[in-house]
Amino acid sequence: MAKRVAQRVEPMATDTTKDYTVVIGLEVHVQLLTKTKVFCGCVNLFNPENPNVQTCPVCLGMPGVLPVMNREAFRLALKTALALNCRIARFTKWDRKQYYYPDLPKNYQISQYDLPFSHDGWLEVASDEEFSEKRRIGIIRVHLEEDAGKNLHDETGRGTDSRVDLNRAGTPLLEIVSKPDIRSPAEARRYLEELKLLLTYLGVSDCNMQEGSLRCDANINLHLQEGDETIATPIVEVKNLNSFRAVELALQYEVGRQLDEFRSTGHRLGDVPKQTRGWDEKREITFGQRGKEEASDYRYFPDPDLVPVTVSDKLLEEIRGELCELPAARRERFRQQYGLSQYDASVIIDQGRRFADYFERVAQECEDGKQAANWVTQDVLREMNQRKVDIDKFPISADDLAFLLKKISARELTTKSARDVFAELLAGADSGTPPSAGRIDQIINERGLALVSDAGQLEGVITAVIARNEKAANDFRNGKQAAIGRLIGEVMREVKGADPKLVRQMLIEKIVGSEEA
Amino acid sequence: MEKTLTREEVEKVAVLARLKLSDTELDRFTAQLGKVLEYVAILNEVNTDDVEPMAHAVEMKNVFRDDVPTPSLSREQALANAPKTDGKFFLVPQILEEV
Ligand SMILES: [Zn+2]
Repeated sequence: MAKRVAQRVEPMATDTTKDYTVVIGLEVHVQLLTKTKVFCGCVNLFNPENPNVQTCPVCLGMPGVLPVMNREAFRLALKTALALNCRIARFTKWDRKQYYYPDLPKNYQISQYDLPFSHDGWLEVASDEEFSEKRRIGIIRVHLEEDAGKNLHDETGRGTDSRVDLNRAGTPLLEIVSKPDIRSPAEARRYLEELKLLLTYLGVSDCNMQEGSLRCDANINLHLQEGDETIATPIVEVKNLNSFRAVELALQYEVGRQLDEFRSTGHRLGDVPKQTRGWDEKREITFGQRGKEEASDYRYFPDPDLVPVTVSDKLLEEIRGELCELPAARRERFRQQYGLSQYDASVIIDQGRRFADYFERVAQECEDGKQAANWVTQDVLREMNQRKVDIDKFPISADDLAFLLKKISARELTTKSARDVFAELLAGADSGTPPSAGRIDQIINERGLALVSDAGQLEGVITAVIARNEKAANDFRNGKQAAIGRLIGEVMREVKGADPKLVRQMLIEKIVGSEEA
Repeated sequence: MEKTLTREEVEKVAVLARLKLSDTELDRFTAQLGKVLEYVAILNEVNTDDVEPMAHAVEMKNVFRDDVPTPSLSREQALANAPKTDGKFFLVPQILEEV
């Protein structure tokens, strides 16, 4: 009996755990880095310590006021959409999205409904953590809207009032909606990382998740393969995701939960209304949220206060001209121009624009891209992480590092000695001696690290060492390769900083040559 | 002419607008709003086959302002009309956390 039960259970378990596809679409909101809000001249600044000091009649939703579009916000929006390979609408307008919430003073949000300014783009994302291949994730649309204010809830649960800060109300906000092309929780994270990299490269947003300038909601369901039939599970929207890690963990959790739920209820897409779930960071689970009543009935209509916008070829060309080299293109160029591996190029690019600039400066100055990449991805990154500083605060400048690396290429310093100098430069920086080219030379002199590559200077010592160690020299002559090591060591002890390669070469020449003579 | 508006539709719109209507009000508004819609429905008689949908009532386009800060209200001014404040924030009845 027991055996039969086991046989029946096993195939079921394997069927349902393997034959499914994860389908994920992400909705990302990013605040734009303008000086002022999108429809009024209040400053656009994260300022939670001073609530309600960045408001005016327009962003407070007073009657009779007139919003006027911020040109810079629209330009940054265009820039982003172009970088995301979107098609730009030549005619676009703004609509009112009606809903009631205390952080929305007008009781409607100015957003874009049927004519967003851009649509149908894509973003290329690494297929795995090693960046072996690229996968193209479709972008359905990017539109420009205004952010709401911030509600602060009473967390004691004692029913006291909620507090509302409207500093944020009216901040320009881009909504970037991906197609459901993402196939795993890890890929969702990589999509977000690549998107953040792109947006920070463009300088359109600082993408600071702690401050809420980048926010993400995820839609996920599973396509189960049962024989010839594909069954879609109900789509769930996961909210309150406040880090990329949270996105990945929440989606991982949802995959398991949706499998379990399908096994117990058999619910398919369309059987139940779309569910919204929150992410509980402490317990690492998603939990069901009460759906907003009639949430889908926003009764959009064109905002009569804002006139439509048309985009000319001239404007598009102008914005296109302002685009910097984008991360994907730069990654590729680093590979080709400096001979880097895909992995090294990605490590450098993924650290952000400033870091890549630093690398490129070192590579150009020391004229050895691979050497620069090794140092920057290992030594510099390790020290940055230990010191918890970004590249702008790193004590050793790109020029100084290049000055040091050049000495390795010029055979004036071994790699090992260069590492010692590097460490001493940092130690000096910690105790108030700023690194500089002069300081590098000083350390090399003080510690006698300079490689002696002057044959004349080595000549006498080598002759003397061979004379003192005739047995070892003879052993080498008779084919005992290892015997040379002892001689090299002795020369190196006498001439501090002697270039071991040169010493070896001169010793061999001398020993073998004297035999011939 | 068939009824342009049902009582259920008025009820739904009232919920969306956070209005609480009595039964008599619902009846009255259904009839009144229905009349308004019937009147506007006269426009349906116009042939619009070759007419582009209008996005805006005025012909104007591309009105922008420069990204230059202008003075905001003081906090006191911003909060002046609020039914309830603590001097720093607008206070509203506790927002039910979605559970
Ligand atoms: Zn304002």
